[in-house]
Amino acid sequence: MSTEEKKNFQTFQDSNNVYKPLDEREASNFVKEVYSKNLPIEIIGTNSKNYIGNKLQCAKVLDLSNLSGIVEYLPEELYIKVKACTPISLIEEALEKNNQQLAFEPIDFGYIKNFKSNKGTAAGQLSCNFSGSRRFKVGSIRDHVLGFKGINGKGDIIKSGGTVVKNVTGYDLSKLVTGSFGTLVALTEITFKVLPVKDSINTIAIYTEDNKIVRKIFDQLLSSSNEISGSVYIPNEPKNNNYTINREKILKFNDLKSEEPFLALRIEGSKKSIEERSKEIFKELELQKMKTSILDFYQSKLFWEKINNIELFSGTKNNLLRAVIPPAKSLDLMKHLKNNFKYYIDWCGSLFWLEVLDNENEKIEEIKSIVVKLGGYLTIIKNSENFTSDIDLFTINNTRLLLSKKIKESFDPKNLLNPGKMYREV
Amino acid sequence: MSNIALPEIDQSTINKKEYIFKKLKKLTSSENVLSHEAEIKPYETDALSAYKQKPLCVVLPENTEEISNILKFCYKENIKVIPRGAGTGLSGGSLPLQDAVLISLTKFNKILEIDFENKCVVAQPGVTNLSITHAVQHKGFYYAPDPSSQLACSIGGNVAENSGGVHSLKYGTTTNNILGVEIVLMDGTICRLGGKTLDQEGYDMLGLICGSEGLLGVITEVTVKILKKPQTVRAALIGFPSHEDGGNCVSEIIANGIVPAGMEIMDKALIIATDNFSKAGYPRNVELLLIVELDGTASEVDELINKVSEISKKNNSLNIKISKNEAERLSFWIGRKAAFPACGAMAPDYYCMDGSIPRGKLAAALKEINELSKKYNLPVANCFHAGDGNLHPLIMFDGNKEEELKKTEEFGAEILKMCVRFGGVLTGEHGVGVEKRELMCEMFNDNDIQQQLSIKKSLDNKNLLNPGKVYPILRKCAEEGRVHVHRGEEKFPDIPRF
Repeated sequence: MSTEEKKNFQTFQDSNNVYKPLDEREASNFVKEVYSKNLPIEIIGTNSKNYIGNKLQCAKVLDLSNLSGIVEYLPEELYIKVKACTPISLIEEALEKNNQQLAFEPIDFGYIKNFKSNKGTAAGQLSCNFSGSRRFKVGSIRDHVLGFKGINGKGDIIKSGGTVVKNVTGYDLSKLVTGSFGTLVALTEITFKVLPVKDSINTIAIYTEDNKIVRKIFDQLLSSSNEISGSVYIPNEPKNNNYTINREKILKFNDLKSEEPFLALRIEGSKKSIEERSKEIFKELELQKMKTSILDFYQSKLFWEKINNIELFSGTKNNLLRAVIPPAKSLDLMKHLKNNFKYYIDWCGSLFWLEVLDNENEKIEEIKSIVVKLGGYLTIIKNSENFTSDIDLFTINNTRLLLSKKIKESFDPKNLLNPGKMYREV
Repeated sequence: MSNIALPEIDQSTINKKEYIFKKLKKLTSSENVLSHEAEIKPYETDALSAYKQKPLCVVLPENTEEISNILKFCYKENIKVIPRGAGTGLSGGSLPLQDAVLISLTKFNKILEIDFENKCVVAQPGVTNLSITHAVQHKGFYYAPDPSSQLACSIGGNVAENSGGVHSLKYGTTTNNILGVEIVLMDGTICRLGGKTLDQEGYDMLGLICGSEGLLGVITEVTVKILKKPQTVRAALIGFPSHEDGGNCVSEIIANGIVPAGMEIMDKALIIATDNFSKAGYPRNVELLLIVELDGTASEVDELINKVSEISKKNNSLNIKISKNEAERLSFWIGRKAAFPACGAMAPDYYCMDGSIPRGKLAAALKEINELSKKYNLPVANCFHAGDGNLHPLIMFDGNKEEELKKTEEFGAEILKMCVRFGGVLTGEHGVGVEKRELMCEMFNDNDIQQQLSIKKSLDNKNLLNPGKVYPILRKCAEEGRVHVHRGEEKFPDIPRF
């Protein structure tokens, strides 16, 4: 773009290169304009998760944080329609009044950034598709998005889906856009499915450091009809002063021996049902023979919040990795990690959150290759100061990369929206 | 056959058909290529039998490699291809074309792996939905989506259509219950999307393929999640004196934080039809019958069923029957599951519609459908997956009368437009196919449709895979969202024709 062109480009006349439209129409006009000038743009909301993904150097920033507010909330229809950058906290507040929730448990990535809660916006959550502990039971964010509106790379406002759960009218673009890190559309409106909050919660903590027992319990829980809605394993931490925070500080509860390795499982429902299912689980898992403790409603609520907020890695200066593998492979990965890494396992054995110390890039590569061999994928959520940038932050194979390029081109033919945010090529 | 526009016939394909047959026989084996009139007749329609068309030929490949080679050949020679599963689709999604090779996946009928450790089953696409459950039920597992055709419909077809069933509110549809697929693109590229992990990184192409109605790739393998069967399942059969009372009851159940496994509604016409047909013992003094099914642990189910009874009473229910055992629960479903054949027994033909609406609009929708029934002078019976808002009006007509089929189609189209007007969608689980293609403009504007067509073009640049389905064929949506064709001229001549 020549200097002359820049001068005549009205949205570029503001000093800081950030354009903050007031509504969808203004945002669409802006994208149309950058399309005509071939200018790449970075799309942002409230920046709560800006440390995730490749760093961008774009001519302009499209700040959508003004697109905020609840458009329509019908509790009896189990949906809420919001403007894209509505804070998750505002949505949760509205849902709570009707005893409803976003069942995928939005993760609070604020703690990792600076020890402070910040769940960011609806669009931010959708763009990352990182779901909380209930994922293996109720599905991920993509399973809770009923529809959306957004602006594609040409500046056209497009929509897909609706407000009903059963909908097969046209391609399901809601799924495609979820987890696309703003590389396909600039989101302007989102409709989420909402679900009732269960009356009560209880947590059983089982103390063990035997990986085989952990794997066995995860398998028993996945095979149980007692409807477990969360299960994590928190192993011993390596003795090392390079970790920002230790577990005993974070997981301080009256009824939890957080200095010991333990597996925790969550049961939600009516009090009577919890009681009945707890008894059955004790029988199923033969817990009489093991050391256990129970966290009551209040402790449980807080415990699972801390797990979902990934508070065990609050303020970390190291590399933070997220690996997803088939559940039966959890033992293989545990064997490799031993007690050499600070990590924990969520999703009943499928999801590993782990920290790799700064200056240990080779270990990231090693873990990534094991995860891929086990049939999984790995995302580098946050990288440390001395992270070498030639490791891909996301995992992909060649065929899927080829497909991704085609899909990207169909939404954003000039590669202008968050170019290279996920993969350098798309 | 009803008058429906299909893509222009490519005469050059027809002219070289002997060459095509010869080549295809080499790419699979001679007995897998059917081209004689009598052999291909069974493939001329799917379950939307109002539309019929014989294909150029039918190929029954036996492995992914063969499919890839067949597609490569067709791509090079510009030959259209129609994929087909079990042929149970209700929207004409696998309706053949005269100049197209129809690929039938019936020989892909094996379960490849039962992986109890990872709680999944890997199956070839021709495996039936129900046989997946049969393969794992000895260990107490099942596959959740249960379309009413589950005995016959194939899992590959389920993925292509994103099939639902009566338990979608609690357990989701196909898209929420699959972990991976292998597909072959029109140019022969074989891709594996997803696997045995939850979610996948990058663009969710598994989510895109699911429900794409065979327009983006041929599905050659599916990995599905299996779930442990709930401990207890009980149902309540509740009769109401009016549509409003029944509709209010449904909304109130949901508003009370209850998510039933299934919640089905039948109107009076269907109650009588199904009761006559299957002797289900349904009460005949009611205007609306509601089946609420709850599952979970025994005490939880007891608790919820009591709550449902209370809510029903508050909403003027005339009678409530609660299943005491499995046999009684199944007896509640006998009539509902026979809804289609029961209507088939009442008229020479019936036409099943499939819109979705917000649950709260139930009574208003039924009122409007009954008014339309009077307007068109065609009887209609309604069943409704009330839990997830999916409406199935069954219009009864005589297909031998040309005029009556046309009237039925118009009646059906008016119902679907009403669904969109009420904030719902054109199709909840049967797909757009050829049936609702021209109505897409009721829901989507030109930008929306163009975006979807761009995706189609990016994966099938010659528009050879299942053309003429899902998207309007000779028409485009004008700015006002209405179809406008003037003397056969297209308003947007530069838009690819799909």
